[in-house]
Amino acid sequence: MTEHPSLLAVEGICKSFIGFKALDSVDFAVRPGEIHALLGENGAGKSTLIKVLTGVHQPDSGVIKIDGQPVSVRDTQHAQNLGIGTVYQEVNLLPDMSVADNLFIGRQPMRFGFVNRKLMEKSARELLTQYDLHLDVSSDLSRYSVAVQQLVAIARAVDMSGRVLILDEPTASLDRHETEILFAILRKLRSRGLGIVFITHFLDQVYEICDRVTVLRNGKLAGSALTTELPKIELVSLMLGRTLAVATHNTRRDRPAPEIRQFSFKGLGRSRSIAPFDLDIGEGEVVGMAGLLGSGRTETAKVLFGIDAADTGQIHIDGDPVLIRTPQDAVACGFGLCPEDRKSDGIIGDLSVRENICLALQAHRGWFNRLSTHEQTVLADKFVKAFDIRTTDIEKPVKFLSGGNQQKVILARWLATNPRLLILDEPTRGIDVGAHAEIIALIHQLCDDGMALLVISSEIDEIVAYSSRVVVLRDRAHRGEISGDDIVPANIMRMIAAEPERASA
Amino acid sequence: MNTRLLPLYATLLICIIAYAVCVFQFPMMFSTRVAGNLLTDNAFLGIAAVGMTFVILSGGIDLSVGSVIAFTGVLLAVLITHYGIHPLIAFAIALVITTAFGASMGAVIHYLEVPAFIVTLAGMFLARGMCFVMTTDSIPVNHQFYTYLQGLYYLLPGGGRLTFIGCLMLLIFAFGIVMAHFSKFGSYIYAVGGNRTSAELMGVPVAKTTIGIYAMSGFLSGLAGIVFSLYTSAGYSLAAVGVELDTIAAVVIGGTLLTGGVGYVAGTFIGVIIQGIIQTYIVFDGTLSSWWTKIVVGILLFSFIALQRLLVLLSSKRTATLTKP
Repeated sequence: MTEHPSLLAVEGICKSFIGFKALDSVDFAVRPGEIHALLGENGAGKSTLIKVLTGVHQPDSGVIKIDGQPVSVRDTQHAQNLGIGTVYQEVNLLPDMSVADNLFIGRQPMRFGFVNRKLMEKSARELLTQYDLHLDVSSDLSRYSVAVQQLVAIARAVDMSGRVLILDEPTASLDRHETEILFAILRKLRSRGLGIVFITHFLDQVYEICDRVTVLRNGKLAGSALTTELPKIELVSLMLGRTLAVATHNTRRDRPAPEIRQFSFKGLGRSRSIAPFDLDIGEGEVVGMAGLLGSGRTETAKVLFGIDAADTGQIHIDGDPVLIRTPQDAVACGFGLCPEDRKSDGIIGDLSVRENICLALQAHRGWFNRLSTHEQTVLADKFVKAFDIRTTDIEKPVKFLSGGNQQKVILARWLATNPRLLILDEPTRGIDVGAHAEIIALIHQLCDDGMALLVISSEIDEIVAYSSRVVVLRDRAHRGEISGDDIVPANIMRMIAAEPERASA
Repeated sequence: MNTRLLPLYATLLICIIAYAVCVFQFPMMFSTRVAGNLLTDNAFLGIAAVGMTFVILSGGIDLSVGSVIAFTGVLLAVLITHYGIHPLIAFAIALVITTAFGASMGAVIHYLEVPAFIVTLAGMFLARGMCFVMTTDSIPVNHQFYTYLQGLYYLLPGGGRLTFIGCLMLLIFAFGIVMAHFSKFGSYIYAVGGNRTSAELMGVPVAKTTIGIYAMSGFLSGLAGIVFSLYTSAGYSLAAVGVELDTIAAVVIGGTLLTGGVGYVAGTFIGVIIQGIIQTYIVFDGTLSSWWTKIVVGILLFSFIALQRLLVLLSSKRTATLTKP
């Protein structure tokens, strides 16, 4: 297969957004008749690469080649004309229009200046028959399941472009059977000589269907290899890598386990989100949560915090049963959560540092018991000093702070309410190395102060550095727990990469 | 059954019931005279509502409609009465200006990414202000061509008159229906209203479509202004205040989703007729205040918005539980 020239290749692609390098001289090539997996954690640069390939973004430097000829992709339509078809993660179709419209919009067959519906629907039926889909093409797309919509999107992309097909997480919302159907079609398309780029976070699927793997990490190419030559454990280490320069020595795991663990979650779960799990956390303990993207890390945090109410299970705090159905319930129980995406879920960019810090405490006290400006200033000053939040002024809008300092503001917000259990989802993502170490020091300090912490991270070295225990997740379920001296990166990676218990069908 | 059609059926049912109630109380209302007048009296509203249907289908709004109607009326009056220009030429001038006006609002909405509400609100003030720049008086239009057009009608059996402007409205509705369902532009409008991002990724020319939609709304508002001018034989700066809201009401009562992407031009026609029937009823009754039209329209609007929300919720629930094909 290697002797084939590349169908689509990028060389030395760089792309920066304000103050951060999303792609740093990345090379990537797709050959005809191969399914090429593109892997990486959130923020690794996958989406940016796809957007460069499809003309949504223009690269700062580097070349895109099709059949060895350099091209510049102007926009999505140009990409389609060049033969690059894309199916985005959220099926980007028009659910309120008919299946035929969805397949042919923008290129409907015309007769006498009008759309020739009859011909369009006939062509739509013929097109879908190739995919063994027999739909009523005149009815609305929204009548069909997500899987069928996905296939319709693929049919459209292949019919329009027909050379390279890019699939962004196509299986994220499909069940096993639907995934099988999709894979059968992908194999058929591969044998027709298409180059397929397959983005996923399900490693099993990579080994099931892909010929070649390319891994991105922090905007850089981490590695590329034939699937058959890359053991899973190496793939995992490529993805998670080692980014922390100095792993601080962890003394926490040498301490004896606390006798009583105040927070106990039994059989908590939510269908289609996270399998039921047990989790106990004691005060003065840091529980690390390791797993790949989509393994159920964030889902666990959401269930614990009541953002997605659990379907099953009980929660006990200090031995008393409590019910958490909403984030308000969780806050009332003394929980705090720093969400994964601080830009959209965490900070309120236009409010000042002071206002952001005081938000949660104000909400906690109720709107009628207003914090006076003086109290707010004192509080904000205290945290700005304690955490060394670098800002010229506590009245400065938070959006002007660096990522690390924004993260500290969110931490301060929750700490102002004196939580007993603090859940941190990817607290160090997208912040520089210095701030990184400070956040980790802060986690240690909070833990020493007797707080219970649950920290989710995709950086294994970091988890190793602060955890008392580590829970490993895979395929939307908690798969095991490591404690004491077993907490070493190799063990965690082995658990993440372990074969699924169920035989893959 | 297609839940999409449910609001349309509901509108049709309400229209028939309303008419039946009217006829039951005032048997005189069951005549071609009333039917003919219904079309004539609401001709300008209907024509503007076709434009509004497309705007709302695309997920936008056009608040400038009423002002553009008044602007056209005043412009025609000034051109014909003060400058002695032939009405046909004046019509052409008015349509060119209103179409360009609509297109530029569309361009601002698309390229500057300003919400349609704000842009067309500015357009509304601008057009209304331009009326007062031209004149503050009510200018009558006395031209033999006007008299000729006003005298054009087809005598229906039973003595009703299908007037020129009534026919024009029916024609525009027919044109609107054909365009919505049988032209590329029509499918683009639904696509942009359904999901703008998707439409863009699927290669729909969003810029052209958006500008086209507002240009068309401008054109149809201009045409409605011409019809209004023929209907009243005058141009007055304060005419047609709030007509845009009546057209929005007609569109929503006609079953078009305010969020865009779903709806029918034919529904808007029924929406216009329902408003006309209520007004006719009030005229027949003679004791009711004409504000009752607004009250009934308000109640209808509320119930239709509630109905739409309900249907959207039901259909999303159904999709969620839908199994494999």
